[in-house]
Amino acid sequence: MILIKGGHVVDPKNKIDGIMDILVEGETINKIDKNIETKSEYEVVDATNLMVFPGLIDMHVHLREPGFEHKETIQTGLAAAAKGGFTTVACMPNTKPAIDDRTIVESIERKTRGAKVNLKIIGAATKNIDTDQLTEMGDMKEAGIVAISNDGKPVKNAYITRRVLEYAKQFDLILIEHCEDESMANGGFIHEGYYSTILGLKGIPREAEDLIVARDIALVKMTGGKVHIAHISSKNSVDLVREAKKQGLNVTAEVTPQHLVLTDAAVESFDTSTKINPPLRSEEDRQALVEGLIDGTIDMIATDHAPHARWEKEVEYAYAPFGAVGLETAVALINTKLVKTGLITYSQLVEKMANNPGTVFKLGGELKLGNYADITIFDPNKKWTVIPEEFYSMGRNTPFKGWELEGEVVHTIVKGEFAIKDGKVI
Amino acid sequence: MIKEKDLLGLRNISTDEIDEILRNAVPMKDIIMRDIKKVPTLRGKSMATLFFENSTRTKSSFEIAAKYLSADCTNLAVSTSSVQKGETLIDTAITLEVMGIELFVMRHGASGAPHFLGRNTKARIINAGDGMNEHPTQGLLDMYTMKDKKGDLGNLTVTILGDVAHSRVARSNIWGLVKYGTKVRVVAPETLIPVELQRMGVEVYTDVDKALKGADVVNVLRLQKERQSSGLLPSLVEYNKFWGLTSKRVELLKDDAIIMHPGPMNRGVEIMPDVYEHPRCVVDEQVTNGVAVRMALLFMMLGGKSGDDIN
Ligand SMILES: [Zn+2]
Repeated sequence: MILIKGGHVVDPKNKIDGIMDILVEGETINKIDKNIETKSEYEVVDATNLMVFPGLIDMHVHLREPGFEHKETIQTGLAAAAKGGFTTVACMPNTKPAIDDRTIVESIERKTRGAKVNLKIIGAATKNIDTDQLTEMGDMKEAGIVAISNDGKPVKNAYITRRVLEYAKQFDLILIEHCEDESMANGGFIHEGYYSTILGLKGIPREAEDLIVARDIALVKMTGGKVHIAHISSKNSVDLVREAKKQGLNVTAEVTPQHLVLTDAAVESFDTSTKINPPLRSEEDRQALVEGLIDGTIDMIATDHAPHARWEKEVEYAYAPFGAVGLETAVALINTKLVKTGLITYSQLVEKMANNPGTVFKLGGELKLGNYADITIFDPNKKWTVIPEEFYSMGRNTPFKGWELEGEVVHTIVKGEFAIKDGKVI
Repeated sequence: MIKEKDLLGLRNISTDEIDEILRNAVPMKDIIMRDIKKVPTLRGKSMATLFFENSTRTKSSFEIAAKYLSADCTNLAVSTSSVQKGETLIDTAITLEVMGIELFVMRHGASGAPHFLGRNTKARIINAGDGMNEHPTQGLLDMYTMKDKKGDLGNLTVTILGDVAHSRVARSNIWGLVKYGTKVRVVAPETLIPVELQRMGVEVYTDVDKALKGADVVNVLRLQKERQSSGLLPSLVEYNKFWGLTSKRVELLKDDAIIMHPGPMNRGVEIMPDVYEHPRCVVDEQVTNGVAVRMALLFMMLGGKSGDDIN
């Protein structure tokens, strides 16, 4: 039994925000109370001056297995997740082969046996991602998928999206949509704005995102299906989602820490770790994202952890693949740039990184008696420097290299066992 | 003195540095005009051209500049059929660097490629054009020509006419000129004007007549013929009709205005043949000035000290 003593426990879903103790028995939470009496058989974790959160959940990671093990493996990706305080991550299906049928889902499930972090699987919406053929979603759901997505691309066209939504509805699966109208993006790779103009790099206008967000909202209205907007980046899209929610439509959204913290100005260095999709947008967009996060338009934060090998990213900007790693910097970035600056509270951090993804995708994300003991213990004042070479992830492609951040995960507990203890993978 | 290791563009370079380059180009031009066009200034210095895109003009201009200054110039034949990228590029440069090359002149189709190489080699780099980003030596030779013909850059109105969206020449011209307070106008069809261009400090027009009126200089950009197949223009004929530089449009400029073009020209598209024949069309001088400016840069970046007697 583990007794977490004297920490500042935060879980707005259960209206907890204060110094409390948590007793973990086996895999589950046994008791949450002030001053739980210590017994000799308890392993006591001194959480004085630390924050205690429900285990963080990340609904958007690329673990690259199968097919791209030179970028990341399930094992290294989950170690990075644990280090980042995530007790549950959901992996995207754009692997090789794509996660588009039961056998692949099961083969990944097998690889996660014995893993210290919960890995949830997202299945493709159409066969081999970019096709007209629906996947066997029902069968994959039975095998354990938690959502469907063609991430990396949007579902091909309006007609197929309509059918995907209708079909997925029967199995209560949410479509996680990568919103990018490819004809509008037209081969661009940074935000179309001042920096694309001065650097002579091809731009993707924010309207490339808006068009698909608008399409999908119309189709949610038509079908009664559910859409979750992945990595929202455009201020117009935030407005569209806000309006859709007002109408009571089943639309949710996530934003990445990089889009909340950086703008297209970062591209000026031609550092390819700033090349992500959707691209880093303007300061105006960034502010709209923060606003949307605060007012509830944006439900959750997700990393879009996208590792690449060094040699793939160390090329001319135009030739580099999209993506940045994010698991090991996410919570510290949010703490440093949003909580410490007074924009959001720790309660909101927990809502966006645990409660809401847990509620929307039915994955827990709260501190509740009898639930699995998935707990993140966080030192909010610990200062550290981002040194990519020290990541557990194989990917070193972070735009935050050398940044001084505040806040470090001390312990990550998953189903009552330490995945991270004193900052290190167990 | 060029402060940074590499000359990547005119955006992040000071007017002091530009002044010095343009000043050093004056005696270089004298050398070009001599019977015996060779000085020993850079004897024993080694440089290489790395052209990942074809450009006979710019490449020859650098080679000739190197020759006149007695530097040894290696031309690396880079296959243009296969895209060279990443470590291939670094490997190539490092190989030459360990063989003693001190400076690379680099042309590449991707914006930021010389910045990338510059971080990975100790040799100095002169950007001879990267993607749609910058072409600083073209910007410098254009500024040299304007200054030579029209005097103080701060008193001039310069109209840049053409496909500014895809033009590194336009960007280097704009960055260089706005530092001197030149009034820069840009004119093109709306589809060839990149977003937020005004923030570079220029006036943006789509009406060519308005943009040319009373200007001291018109710098006409080359139009790539593929623009008409990519949804940007209906036809070259229509482009010529509304944006081509005709003799009639030349009359809108100041009486003593000059006409410039970085070459090579599409006669009958962005410029009419008779305009090229115009007495105030200075494109041939631009080519000569290009050699002079590049000599000045090589002198400054390959160990020539300020105050050295160039002759
Ligand atoms: Zn995506």
